[in-house]
Amino acid sequence: MLQFLARRLALAVPTLILASMIIFALQQLLPGDTATALSGEERDPEVIAFIRDKYHLDRPLPVRYGYWAAGVLGGDLGESIRLQKSVSELVAEKLPVTLELACLAMLVALAIGVPMGILSAVRRGTWADTLANGVALWGLSIPNFWLGILMILLFSVQLGWLPASGYVPPSESLWENLKAMAMPAFVLGNAISAVMMRHTRAAMLGVLGSDYVRTARAKGVSPLRLVLRHALPNAAIPIITLGALEFGQLLSGAVLTEQIFSVPGFGKLMVDAVFNRDFATVQGVVICTAATYVGLNLAADVLAAAVNPKLRRA
Amino acid sequence: MLRLSAACLIAGVLLSTPLSAQTLRYGMMEDPDALDPTLARTFASRMVFTALCDKLVDIGTDLKPVPQLATAWELSSDEKTLTMHLRPGVKFHDGEPLNAAAAKFSIERHLKMPGSQRRSEIAPIDAVEVVDDLTFKIVLKAPFAPLMAQFTDRAGMMVSPKAAERLGDKFSTAPVCAGPFKFVERVPQDRIVVERFPDYWNKDQIHIQRIEFRPIPDATVRLTNLRAGQLDLLERLAPTDVPQVTRDAKLKLGSVYELGFQSLLLNPAKAGSPLGDPRVRQALELSIDRNALNQVVFNGEFLAGNQWVSPKHPNYVKEYPVPKRDVAKAKALLAEAGQPKPQITLSVYANSEAPQVGQVIQAMAKEAGFDIKIQAADFTTLLDMADKGNFEAYLYSWSGRPDPDGNTFSFLGCKTPLNYTRYCNADADAALQAERGTVDTAKRQAAWKSLADRVLTDRPVVYLLHRKLLWAYANKLTGFVAYPDGLARFTGLKLN
Repeated sequence: MLQFLARRLALAVPTLILASMIIFALQQLLPGDTATALSGEERDPEVIAFIRDKYHLDRPLPVRYGYWAAGVLGGDLGESIRLQKSVSELVAEKLPVTLELACLAMLVALAIGVPMGILSAVRRGTWADTLANGVALWGLSIPNFWLGILMILLFSVQLGWLPASGYVPPSESLWENLKAMAMPAFVLGNAISAVMMRHTRAAMLGVLGSDYVRTARAKGVSPLRLVLRHALPNAAIPIITLGALEFGQLLSGAVLTEQIFSVPGFGKLMVDAVFNRDFATVQGVVICTAATYVGLNLAADVLAAAVNPKLRRA
Repeated sequence: MLRLSAACLIAGVLLSTPLSAQTLRYGMMEDPDALDPTLARTFASRMVFTALCDKLVDIGTDLKPVPQLATAWELSSDEKTLTMHLRPGVKFHDGEPLNAAAAKFSIERHLKMPGSQRRSEIAPIDAVEVVDDLTFKIVLKAPFAPLMAQFTDRAGMMVSPKAAERLGDKFSTAPVCAGPFKFVERVPQDRIVVERFPDYWNKDQIHIQRIEFRPIPDATVRLTNLRAGQLDLLERLAPTDVPQVTRDAKLKLGSVYELGFQSLLLNPAKAGSPLGDPRVRQALELSIDRNALNQVVFNGEFLAGNQWVSPKHPNYVKEYPVPKRDVAKAKALLAEAGQPKPQITLSVYANSEAPQVGQVIQAMAKEAGFDIKIQAADFTTLLDMADKGNFEAYLYSWSGRPDPDGNTFSFLGCKTPLNYTRYCNADADAALQAERGTVDTAKRQAAWKSLADRVLTDRPVVYLLHRKLLWAYANKLTGFVAYPDGLARFTGLKLN
């Protein structure tokens, strides 16, 4: 197992280096540089020249990557030119918010998707299956933006139960934090729950039709035990992998939800940084997201290997 | 003991209620950039500065300068020396006094700091001289009429010399000015918090204890937050949401026409473009019904215009009223130019409104024979494209300046930084030099007339509309006044 882990870790390092190079190069394809974005309405040519020189924007691409990579090795992700704040500080500020949102959304997705998927597979072809599929279709087709606004209108404007936007750190008040995160987590989790449900249903159907389940049923195992003890663990591998991938996407892709509910996470930071060509921030956020993504994949592989020892030799 | 605790609790509740009630939550459209008056470049940061940094002079609702940190000023007869008298007893947030030396420091910082966005705004300043503790002189290289107007904005903001020297180019992390509120904290993309400055020179008029500026980019989401009681005041309400606000008894609406404009930049220099022919440019203008455009996209809330200032502005050139749509004449002009079906690419900002404006223009111009293709892009892409002159037509908005010079000089002067169409005409250039060369109202109006003579015929820019700046606020907020520069003032505001 240790060897397996070491092999996976060794693969993660070049993956991250490659990702950083690709993102750095891709950003240069965007029209206009930081100086164009930051020179203001007045567009003073002297200001543009000053910004280009100060942030080495007039140097060749490999040299600029070199400056950035040297900084990273020294533990410095650079400085957000727009906000005049270190990218490491920005990441440290936003990452916990995005992580919390992603975890809560994943909880929502699992709480809705997995039981519905199991129910739909066990009661295949019945009204419960149709209902679960209907809910999944609803989850997939409802745009986040629309659902978010409707929820704000109902729970904040009409009922006044939840705050319409904003973020309260859990250290300040856990209750207020959960109240603020309830709607964004539900909106995000709702869409993923549909995917979860479909995958759980497919995996469960595959397992429920296998010989060992038939044998267990013939031996008189109770239906509940059959599903939870015999079928679900084997159906869990694709669900774990999917969960890790979706979680990774949540870390980088909650942009719309963060915008609707004004959650100060990675999404908002990233969108602003891209529009302002704040390359250091984009690079820092992408690297942290990529690192988390690689870490999650690693965790999923380890978890899958723990469930199925055959995978350790892969 | 129990009674004492209960009394403390009640007293605590009673005391804490007015304090929390006096926190104003302001919904802004975007997260500001650096909170340093010398380096800042966005409208959003100007909004925060209204709370943080007082200026030498403010702008009145009639667009004239009114005293703020300076109580009086005189311009020499040759219009090359401006003497300003500072308000006595003013302190910066760090307790430092605002005197002539501090004013000299701030103006020189605007002029000399590397990367200063203010340098070009006050470039004609040659020297700043301290006369006495509260008086200083500004010596100009040449007469410069827009100077006082520049001092009503960031170029007139004074910063504490001590803090500015200590923090250098990191001043924005803890700005220290002489405004009614002092900086508390900033969480990027989330909030900027300021609190009442107890030693403010006009403290009796400040009734709000704290302000939380919260960036919420989407107009619908901002309004929903206001309706849910999460905000007390929001800026840039979408014109289509006005009926929602006026119908709601708990909300109020504030509005004023902007100082800027929405326009079509037409680039005759773009190789192969039919817009190189002045008749095609004129035909395009004639094919557009500005009032219909206003009705369709903006619920009729904006104002049709054809110049760099709105028809309601005192410097509007009345000899050139807003032209009416004339499709027949447009067709005739296209036929005369030998281009009955000109193809044009119109670049627009990819927000919720600009593409709609583009589509309405596209449909109107089609009736005259134009085939317009719309290209939507983000703002930096458009700036890059405009800088390189790589566009045919560009739907361009300008936030406007109190003096019309700020709406014209950099756009229409030869080789000026915002002259994206590369327009250069000797008469227009002379008119621009003339308007900024004197403060004499009649002479300046004559200069605006000669500028209009050229620009409205050559059409490097076709001015279309002047936006109405819209605020919505909870009716518990009183004392709100809409200023034409689009910035809310916090003096006199109360949360009841």
